[in-house]
Amino acid sequence: MLARYVARRLLLLVPVVFGVTLLLFFSIHLVPGDPARSFLGDRATPSAVAALNKAWGLDHPIPVQYWLFLDRLVHGNLGQSLFYQSSTAGLLVGRLPVTLLLLVYGAVGSVIISVPLATLAALHPGGAADHSVRVVGTVGIGMPSFWVGTCLIILFGLVVPVFPVGGYGETWPSHLWSLVLPGLTIAISVSPMLVRSLRTSLIEALGSDYVAFARAKGASPSVVLTRYGLRNAAVAAVSVLGVNIGFLVGSTVVIENVFALPGLGSLMVQSILDRDFPVVQGITLVFAVLVVLVYLLTDLAYAVLDPRVRLT
Amino acid sequence: MTTVSAEYVVEKAQQRRKLPPALIAGGAVLGVIVGLAIFAPLVTSYNPTTQDLTNILAGPSAAHWLGTDQLGRDVWSRLVYGARTDLFVAFIAVLSPFVIGTLAGVFAGYFGSALDATVMRLADVVVAFPFYVLVMLLVFLLGPGTGSIIIAITVVSWVSYARIVRGATLVAKNQEYVLATKAEGFSTSRIVLRHIVPNVVSQAIVFATSDIVLDILAIVTLGYLGLGIPPPTPDWGEMMASGQQFLTTHWELSTIPGIAVVLTGLGLSLLGDGLAELLSVER
Repeated sequence: MLARYVARRLLLLVPVVFGVTLLLFFSIHLVPGDPARSFLGDRATPSAVAALNKAWGLDHPIPVQYWLFLDRLVHGNLGQSLFYQSSTAGLLVGRLPVTLLLLVYGAVGSVIISVPLATLAALHPGGAADHSVRVVGTVGIGMPSFWVGTCLIILFGLVVPVFPVGGYGETWPSHLWSLVLPGLTIAISVSPMLVRSLRTSLIEALGSDYVAFARAKGASPSVVLTRYGLRNAAVAAVSVLGVNIGFLVGSTVVIENVFALPGLGSLMVQSILDRDFPVVQGITLVFAVLVVLVYLLTDLAYAVLDPRVRLT
Repeated sequence: MTTVSAEYVVEKAQQRRKLPPALIAGGAVLGVIVGLAIFAPLVTSYNPTTQDLTNILAGPSAAHWLGTDQLGRDVWSRLVYGARTDLFVAFIAVLSPFVIGTLAGVFAGYFGSALDATVMRLADVVVAFPFYVLVMLLVFLLGPGTGSIIIAITVVSWVSYARIVRGATLVAKNQEYVLATKAEGFSTSRIVLRHIVPNVVSQAIVFATSDIVLDILAIVTLGYLGLGIPPPTPDWGEMMASGQQFLTTHWELSTIPGIAVVLTGLGLSLLGDGLAELLSVER
């Protein structure tokens, strides 16, 4: 049963992967005018433009271009960076760990913030705690993530100088230490949405028959909460985070720029400003792959944890 | 029995007249901000782009309520005119995916089969990209400017409307009132546009009030990253970015526009909650 579910889930991936590569392939044709000239600038020599057109395969018919694009992708070739004059793939591999580590910080931090708040709110729906959590969430959802980061820089950089407010450091301990504030920023930005979904699923869990049964058998409120409520909430938190991975990645891209971290997000913004098309295209691809993988893993984890999913 | 139903009718009528408090509060907050944006020339005394290099980074004073920025421009004027820019762009950027997504969702849900499959697979492809990443890619490709931002947001966010409306349409199309219109022999376009759309659109409207908050955040974030509305047009994101280099001495330059964003978001969220209550839509 599980094997069939996995097979079907993988099959569903085919049109998505096809669509993603197609969109990335056609992206260059969205550029107004001659793409190669547009990226090389007005002062580029005709021979340089012709060379780039040849390198990108733009001198072939569209279907052949797409085939060449796929061929390059499966060989891990994302082209040459126009700005750094080096392989895009190599550039991205160097930047990826920072972004992945920051994503982990943000995900863990948001769970640490959201689970207690959602629990507090869900224990007495409509009570004072529930209302306070909701008000905080309503204010929080409208906060730009980079603004949260700026406020934390002011607070920790100027008022209580505990954490570094920018850069990535040289050694592993300083890497881990310098990601604290950026990670906290991401956690704060993602939490309002996480709390909202978690609260709903917790209220549902605490109102279910098996919780009523546990209560009837004399389980204490704390046992009911931790054994039945929180366990469900933790599973729900992981799935809510999985579904919203795109949101998490988005905040990471922005926050890397606030704290000057050498990750994929800051490289993407810099490459957009440098008009370095292969790098921007490559980073977009990496993020899409990441999102699709996380969606897949979330679904599979859910199928393992909850056998009912496999039936649908 | 007749007396009971009369009381019931009166009670219902009173309930109906009473607007949800969240709607009133949200409307008030947003009303003030939109009012300031509309009447910007009346509530400011300086042009938001006029530089005064003899009076840069001045603190708050009677002449400049919120001081001046690094080019001597009045911060209050830029804040108010920034509201004009950002709210207008956000409004268009929520309206166009709302229309496109709602139509795509209603047709996909009503006709099903190949159209439905195409629209939903297209939606799957779009959500494979993180929102900000795809918006940034599109703005990069189309070039900087308001038009590019609106197109980029539309390409990404029609998906949510399409999915919501499609779900509602699947439910609605088997309801008796729709079956009755079919039995009457009404044309398909009349059934869809006159009978289904009015019944499924409320969910899309409620979603739009939270979606516009995300759009405002996206617009100011693009501005902050230097990919937004080109300067010198005042924009909250660009204000926060240029204030950041003076964080140690003038932290208010980059925090005040953020407060404006938060207040706008709060007003819209409250409005959305109130609207959801009024239209009895689950959020």
